[in-house]
Amino acid sequence: MTSSAVVVSDVSKSFRIYRDRQRSLKATVIKGGRARYDEFWALKDIDLEIQQGKTFGLLGNNGSGKSTLLKCMARILKPNKGTITHYGRMAAMLEVGSGFHPELSGRDNVYLNGAILGMSKGEIDGKFDSIVDFSGISDFIDQPVKNYSSGMYVRLGFAVSIHVDPDVLLVDEVLAVGDMAFQEKCTEKFAELRRDGRTVVVVSHAIGQMRSFCDEAAWLRKGTLMGVGPAQDIIDEYADQAHNSSGEPGSDENHIKGHIGSGEATIDRFELLSGGHVVDYVRSGDELTIRIHFTCHQALAKPVFGLEFEHESGFVVWGHTTTDGDWTFPTLTPGQGSVDVVIPSLPLRAGQFAINGGIAAVGTARGVDQVRRALTFSVRRSEPTETAGVAVMHSRFENLVQG
Amino acid sequence: MALDRARTSSLRDLLLRNRTLNLLVNLTLREIKGQYKKTVLGRAWSLLNPLANIAVYSLVFGIVVRATPPVGTNSGLKSYALWVACGIIPWGFMSAGTSIGRGSLTDNAGLLTKVYFPRFVLPTSTILALASTFLTELAAVALFVGVAGGGPRILYRLVVLIPIVILNTTFVLGVSLVLSIGMVYFGDIQHIWGIFLQLWLYASGVVLPVSLVEGVQNTHPDLPIMFIFQLNPAFQFVEAYRDVLYDFDVPSVSRWLAMLAWAAIALGIGSLVFRRFSAQIVEEL
Repeated sequence: MTSSAVVVSDVSKSFRIYRDRQRSLKATVIKGGRARYDEFWALKDIDLEIQQGKTFGLLGNNGSGKSTLLKCMARILKPNKGTITHYGRMAAMLEVGSGFHPELSGRDNVYLNGAILGMSKGEIDGKFDSIVDFSGISDFIDQPVKNYSSGMYVRLGFAVSIHVDPDVLLVDEVLAVGDMAFQEKCTEKFAELRRDGRTVVVVSHAIGQMRSFCDEAAWLRKGTLMGVGPAQDIIDEYADQAHNSSGEPGSDENHIKGHIGSGEATIDRFELLSGGHVVDYVRSGDELTIRIHFTCHQALAKPVFGLEFEHESGFVVWGHTTTDGDWTFPTLTPGQGSVDVVIPSLPLRAGQFAINGGIAAVGTARGVDQVRRALTFSVRRSEPTETAGVAVMHSRFENLVQG
Repeated sequence: MALDRARTSSLRDLLLRNRTLNLLVNLTLREIKGQYKKTVLGRAWSLLNPLANIAVYSLVFGIVVRATPPVGTNSGLKSYALWVACGIIPWGFMSAGTSIGRGSLTDNAGLLTKVYFPRFVLPTSTILALASTFLTELAAVALFVGVAGGGPRILYRLVVLIPIVILNTTFVLGVSLVLSIGMVYFGDIQHIWGIFLQLWLYASGVVLPVSLVEGVQNTHPDLPIMFIFQLNPAFQFVEAYRDVLYDFDVPSVSRWLAMLAWAAIALGIGSLVFRRFSAQIVEEL
């Protein structure tokens, strides 16, 4: 008999959006003890039951409330209404390396982070070697973590988190850390948790990854639970919906968030064109032009533009930069502009792809701007079809020889 | 697994408490170890800072203003520097404790929004870390007093300091619990508290002997100056340390009761406020 690991019943959560963002004492006193605010309901009457031993995915667009729900489960946020019950020990992995002190050694930070995640001293003692081994940074464990590379930092943080050994593990988009080898290790560890009958609740946008990872899923839109059920069905349902609402010009999906880089020039948005028209999907074999709209804030010498297609599985299927070809860019001057990447015939099979883009400068290691998953588009199938994989080879069978 | 759980559920409470205790210890150690990491002199600063304070106040009030230090009841000490040292060190603990404790939630916003743990651990570990520094400072003052004329007699008096330090730490923690929650909602508290501390310093008889204040009271009999002093918890605590370290005496019963009352009131209100608000603070950070 299966039993519940987490029961969410009738949970609602609202946030206050302060109108003038004045939480000062003065404002409170003047306005009679109350700052003016709007109430924003991030979760509305959510009912959900997660069975023990399942890997459960929470899907939804940005702002759908999935992370809020996860934080309520983790007891970081308190619902306004309703209750969340969990059975067994629960741990949340919302950020790896929370509370690391940069001046302290890796060893001290393992103990500190372990304590923050709710381990007792004896537990950490017992798992210490295994944690260090998993992180793969045993040579640097007595160095202050401020000297660590960001990869080492994340690996150590992840190693501690995964060793909490909870009955219920809550994970927020942290599956994609470290290099390939480390990711494999993580995947293995998650598989081990599943074999041991642990419950994992994961929040992610990466549909492809969720498809292979989860048994069951739920998807949310604007704080409302839209569906719960077997992962495959729910992910299809969600992907259809996401596809239908994306790609409208000027919609939220086209607005890029999360720029990384020094920022002399920034990528504003991507635009897909086919046959001279703006499109929101393409078919295998179509001619496709990706127009990169950018704004230059400060003159930038020898700029390099680059582009990648990332498949829904998280795998980068293609990448191209201006240094690959023979086109040397002139110095960019402040103002807006655009540049096109032309693909004569798109050799991709049907699927969801995201565009990553970047601007760099020749001769420097620094990135000027980098955006990930800035635009998602779908490739639809065209006749004749090819059966599997991500590529279309325009292959054919011929020369049947029979004896 | 369900069976395992049933068996361990009776132990769960104890385990949980151990985890919280472990977290408290680790966070306290983080504060202590992290405090002087980037400095050349390291932990020596925890002694140099109060020494500099003592030197400045001795110069200004002892030499320039010529405040006459009271004579130590049993010790016979008559040194403004030692007298001010016995007051400025506990005062430093109370002012630094409430100032740093005040920010213990807002400064750890990143942690609070990402991990669940009992929230009281943050202000408590901050105060405990400061209390440990305070203990080394107190030991240094005791050493000075002993060398300056108290002799080894001071040693057995030190035992009396233990309950005083405990009550004082409880008081500082209680105030910090309220302030740390207040800071989440009103950033202004940071500045208001800074101003208040300056006023509080002079209202606590830390740098000017209380005899001076009694003199003022005599010329203005209508003002309740001495009454305010007696009501001031910082005055009671500072005087208690002086009773032991400067006078080689034991605080009076009324002083013990005052300290006990203040510690209980501060911790009582502090934990009420903290319990009421600590579940909601994350969304305000």
